[in-house]
This record gives sequence, structure tokens and C-alpha cells, in this order.
Amino acid sequence: MQTKRVTFRHVWLPYLLCLPQLAVTLIFFIWPAGEAIVESFYQTNAFGTSLRFVGLANFQRLFSDPSYYASIRVSVIFALATSALAMTLSLLFAAVADRIVRGTNAYRTFLIWPYAVAPAVAGVLWMFLFNPSIGIAAYALEMVGIDFNATISPNSAMALIIVAAAWKQISYNFLFFLAGLQAIPNSVYEAAAIDGAGPVKRFFTIVLPLLSPTTFFLLVVNMVYAFFDTFAVVHATTQGGPGQATSILVYKVWKDGFVGLDLGGSAAQSVVLMAMVAALTVIQFRYIERRVEY
Amino acid sequence: MKNFALAAAAAVAAVAMAGSASAQTEITWWHAMGGKLGEKVEEIAAGFNASQSDYKINPVFKGSYAETMTAAVAAFRAGQQPNIVQVFEVGTATMMGAEGAIYPVYKMMEDAGEPFDQSAYLPSVISYYVDDNNNLLSLPFNSSTPIVYYNADILEKAGVDTTEMPKTWNDFAAVAKQVVDSGAADCGFTTTWQSWIQLENLAAWHNVPFATANDGYAGTDVELLINGELPVRHVTNMANWAKDGTFKYGGRQSAGNPMFFSGECAITMGSSAGRAGIIANMPDTKVAYGMLPYYDDVAGAPQNSIIGGATLWVLEGGEPEEYKGVAKFFTYLSSAEVQADWHQATGYLPITTAAYELSKEQGYYEKNPGAELPIQQMTLNTPTVNSRGLRLGNFVQIRDVINEELETVWSGQAEPQAAMDKAVERSNELLKQFAASN
Repeated sequence: MQTKRVTFRHVWLPYLLCLPQLAVTLIFFIWPAGEAIVESFYQTNAFGTSLRFVGLANFQRLFSDPSYYASIRVSVIFALATSALAMTLSLLFAAVADRIVRGTNAYRTFLIWPYAVAPAVAGVLWMFLFNPSIGIAAYALEMVGIDFNATISPNSAMALIIVAAAWKQISYNFLFFLAGLQAIPNSVYEAAAIDGAGPVKRFFTIVLPLLSPTTFFLLVVNMVYAFFDTFAVVHATTQGGPGQATSILVYKVWKDGFVGLDLGGSAAQSVVLMAMVAALTVIQFRYIERRVEY
Repeated sequence: MKNFALAAAAAVAAVAMAGSASAQTEITWWHAMGGKLGEKVEEIAAGFNASQSDYKINPVFKGSYAETMTAAVAAFRAGQQPNIVQVFEVGTATMMGAEGAIYPVYKMMEDAGEPFDQSAYLPSVISYYVDDNNNLLSLPFNSSTPIVYYNADILEKAGVDTTEMPKTWNDFAAVAKQVVDSGAADCGFTTTWQSWIQLENLAAWHNVPFATANDGYAGTDVELLINGELPVRHVTNMANWAKDGTFKYGGRQSAGNPMFFSGECAITMGSSAGRAGIIANMPDTKVAYGMLPYYDDVAGAPQNSIIGGATLWVLEGGEPEEYKGVAKFFTYLSSAEVQADWHQATGYLPITTAAYELSKEQGYYEKNPGAELPIQQMTLNTPTVNSRGLRLGNFVQIRDVINEELETVWSGQAEPQAAMDKAVERSNELLKQFAASN
């Protein structure tokens, strides 16, 4: 594909135009990330009055801590379940929204609304619904014989944060799936229909393959969201408990750094997380964008 | 446009006023008291500002305890720290370890030439915040101690005699069980702040050490002792009681409160400062109060309970004139009138004997049954090395470790002894790390 070439009369103008973005990136991303890397090699008390270079001791401590591995496991389960739930439901909603004729706008607006809700608010909302003493959803579950108690049962707690986090992400996925669906030409459906393919067959043989670029993009976005953007959901609902059943990696970084004031250890965890984000990004650009084609 | 002119005039006036007030020395106070408590803090500051004209104190609300402390730490590293910061009791060891960052209260009062009599303060309150030589490091501001709240209506329905509340754990458990067995409520008792109440206070109340090295007062080479006989026995009992509803876990911190408010649980254990909230949430219920239960076969019990809450720490880096103001403010804050008012309005404990006496004189305790109980419980005996407080580094994380391990017991995943062993092992790791970084 030929891209349009723009020529500037002055050499410095393009750099000047890039400057604000570069400045923001440098100040708000590169600088703090650099600080975190430096910090991860030190052990310090809270006020920074004693600073000691410890080399890789913070990382050693991290990787010999069974609770860190537990946190990784919890994060992976949480991210996979949240992505699966959010993507399946939003694909379903998008497929239905694509077909309805009347009230399209109202339907779509309602589906997009949850995206405007702050994660913390979403968390509190679900926490109230499933509060074992006063939650209406927990009450309903109890009526059908399910004892849902996120303060005691690790499985309930995990289910609660998955539902809350997925609910937040459905709107975003919905928008992309809907756009993807609308980009599929009608003639393809018609040809299939003439060949005798029913709606279900058409969905699995035409829609899903043609949506695969969108699906893979969303998978990466959802994984990144579930891994790194769900702090508020956990903080507002389970606070990592019961036990460490819902203590995902980002929550542990915050808790060790900001509550425990173990800045070296927390910085080491951030560096590990940074490496993970970098890896995910590389996978997205190098691997998925090349492999998935029409 | 008229509005704009008015606003501009107001702005000019405000600047002019600020200018004229610059002769005053400004003191910044970061605190973690939101809502009604925050209004009370503003009131205290306004009272001090009106009482003299040399100093002006500016209270700033910085969020939760953890957020306030983190904010102060970050500000100190950037050289923008406030003069005074409110820090919760579990942050005590961290603050103490920050030599060069904190200005001990006894020393500041001395340097500022402010008269200061440490014996005027309640021993069981200040014992949590003194150094090895019994010098006060930070000024207690809001302190509370855990007590037992009973829903007397439910107890009566269950046929329990409510004239006298159970003193021992055996009697207490019998009452809670009777509540469940009679169908008066689904759950006997719940607890808030499980580490503070069921382990830290359990140890103090029975005069048993919580940690080695005099509960951490003697140095940073400390190990926890909560896998000992008494704590494990208690956790085992609680786990057994959880099986038939005698006890029901309601979550960390004070998340269990709604279960008491709604009448699901007949009894709760909570901070004495929660009394006003309980009365407000249960206007039509008769609430009775009791001291913490004890195991009567333990020789030292009952000793005295320990406190929770927060103190005011003075940070280094200000002008001498500012510390004179801080010293004056601390004297004002400790005065019997201010303290008695704060105590009566919030339910926190009075920090001086004079404030306690004044509240008595004012007839506060006669009008408010249950309000004196926490003071009596906390001052039941002279504090021993096991009951003056806890001085543990990384205590915030240790509390979380304890929460996590206790939760594995409540959910039936772990046996009490194994869970407490694990809690000790994980906490000791944190304590070692704290010792290494200080």
C-alpha cells in the first residue's frame, strides 16, 4: 500500500510537531519507568533516609516467594476468564445488534454505557449486588441454593471480580465487534444463504473467520486490560482476599509499594510487569498482525 | 458580567486578606479523618486559630490512613512535607525507623520551650507510642480499643439474661450458640478487624506476648509468637464455632458491621469508636456493651486491652518558628476541654486523665451507657510488656498476612495450627526485611 508522503519546508517543524507527544511520553512514561528500574536495585526505608544498593536481591526475593507465583496464577486465571467472558458476550450482543432493525440506537447506547462507568464504581456496584448480607443477587442465588460469599469463598470472590471486570469491558469489545460485523459485505451472506447455509452455519463459517483480526486485536487488548487495568475493581470489591485468592499482580504491586512501603520490592514487581507488557505488545505486532489475514 | 466583577472583587479581597495574614506562621497538618470526623478536625483547627494570632494551622484531608502516610512519605522525599501528619498505629515502627525524618514530640516540646507533662496522659494510651526510655514520640490523637456490642433484643428473644454480659469465652460462646439454637438469629457473633481484636488484643488481654523482643519494643530482631498455644486454641475455637453459625466471618476491617446492623448476627466485636455508628444504624434496637471475653484458665487474664487508631507525628525540615506553633497546638489539643469534646463527639478515647475526669463531671457516661466501658477495659490494669502495644516493622503487611491466613481457616482450606505457622513464617520474613532496610 502506498502511503501519502508529506514534505515539510523546514527540517525542525516535524520534530516540533512531535514534541508535545514526546514530552508527555518522556515525562509520564519513560522517566517513571526508569525510576522504577533504578529503584528495583535498592532497598530503602519508607522515608528514603537509608538507601542501600542490593543488586538483584529484590528480584531474588520475589522469585523465591511462593505468594508471587500464586499471584501470577491468579492473574492468568483472572485474565483468561475475564477476556473469554467479555469477548463471548460482546460478540453475541454485537451479532444480535447487527441484525435488529428497530430501536438500534437505543440498544447500542445501552450496551455502550457501562464503558463510561469508572472501574471503582463498577466494582462497588457488583460488590453491593453480591454482598452476602445485603446483596440482592446473593439473596437470589441463596434462594436457588447457591451459597455465594465472596468474603469467605475464594471461588465466589474470583467469580465476582471476573464478572465485574468483564462487565466493564463488554462495551468496548461490542463496539469493535459491531464495526467488524458491519464491514462484512452483505453479498457474502447472500451467497452463503443461496448455497443453503443457515444462520448458525453462516456465523461459524463466515463471520468468525472474517472477524479474526478484530478478535485477535481484542484478545490482546482484553488481556492487557485484565492484567493491568483492573486494580480498581479488585480494590473496591475483594481487596485481594479471601486469603490471596484474588490478589492479582497489579494489586500486589500497589499493596506492597503503597501500603507496605516496600518500595524496592514493589519496583521489582513493576519491572517484571513492564517486561510482560512489552512481551504482549511484541506478540501483538510481530505475530498476530502478520498471521491473521483475510 | 456583574457576577464576574463580583468574583474578581472577592478574589482581590481574598488575596489582600492572605497578605495581611502573612504575619502569622502557617502550620500544615495532613490527616485521614473524612466525613463527620473531618468536620470535627476543622473545628478543632478553627478553635486553635481563634485562640491566638501568631500561628495558623491548616488541616488537609489526604484520604485513608495508608494514603495519608504514603503521601507524607512521598512529600518528604520531595522536600514538601507537612509539619504534622496523622499516622495509624501500625505505622509506628516505620515512623520510628525514619530517623532524621521525624521530630520526636517530647524533644520538640523541649526545644520549643513548651511546658509538657507526660504523666498527664493515660498510660495505656501513650505506652503504644513511647521509645525505650519512655519518651513520647508522637501525640495520640484518635485512639480506640475493641469492645463487644450485643443486640439485646435478639438476646432476650433467645432467652439470654441481659443484665450481665458474659465475661469468659466459654460463657460468651454459650450465649452465641443459644442465639443460633433458639432461632433468634442466624449467626451468633461476628468480628471486625480480626488481627487487631482476635489476635493482638487476645495476647494483651491475656498478658501473653504477641512477638519476641518485648513485642518489638526491644529492637528490630523480632519474631511473631501467634502460633503459640493460646492463639491457636482461640483460632481453633473460632473455626469450630464457624461450623454451626455461632461465629460468622464478615470480611476484613469493618466489613462485618452490616451483619450486626441487619440483625443477622446478634453480637459483634468492634472498635469503641464505632459506637456512634452502631447507634445511628440501629435506632430502634437496644444495644448492650461488654468487655472482651477471656479464657479463665490463663493466669494473666484479664490484663488490659490495647489501642488502635492514630497519632500525630511531627516531621523534620520546618522552621523553628513553625515548631513553636506545633508545640502550642499540641498543648491546645491536649487541653481537657478540647479532648473531652473530641472524645464525646467521636467516641475515641480521651488521651488525658483530665479529659476523662471532665467527661465524668459533665455526666457524659451516665447519659451514654457503654461509653465508659472501653476506658475501664483499657485501664483495667497497669500495662505490662505484653500489653502496652506492638512495635512491628512492616506491620501493615503483617496484618494482611494474618488476614489471609485466617481466611484460609474460615474457608476450611487450612488447619488452625498450620495456618498460624504459615502466618508466623511469612511475617517473620517481613520483619527480617524491615530489620535489613533500617
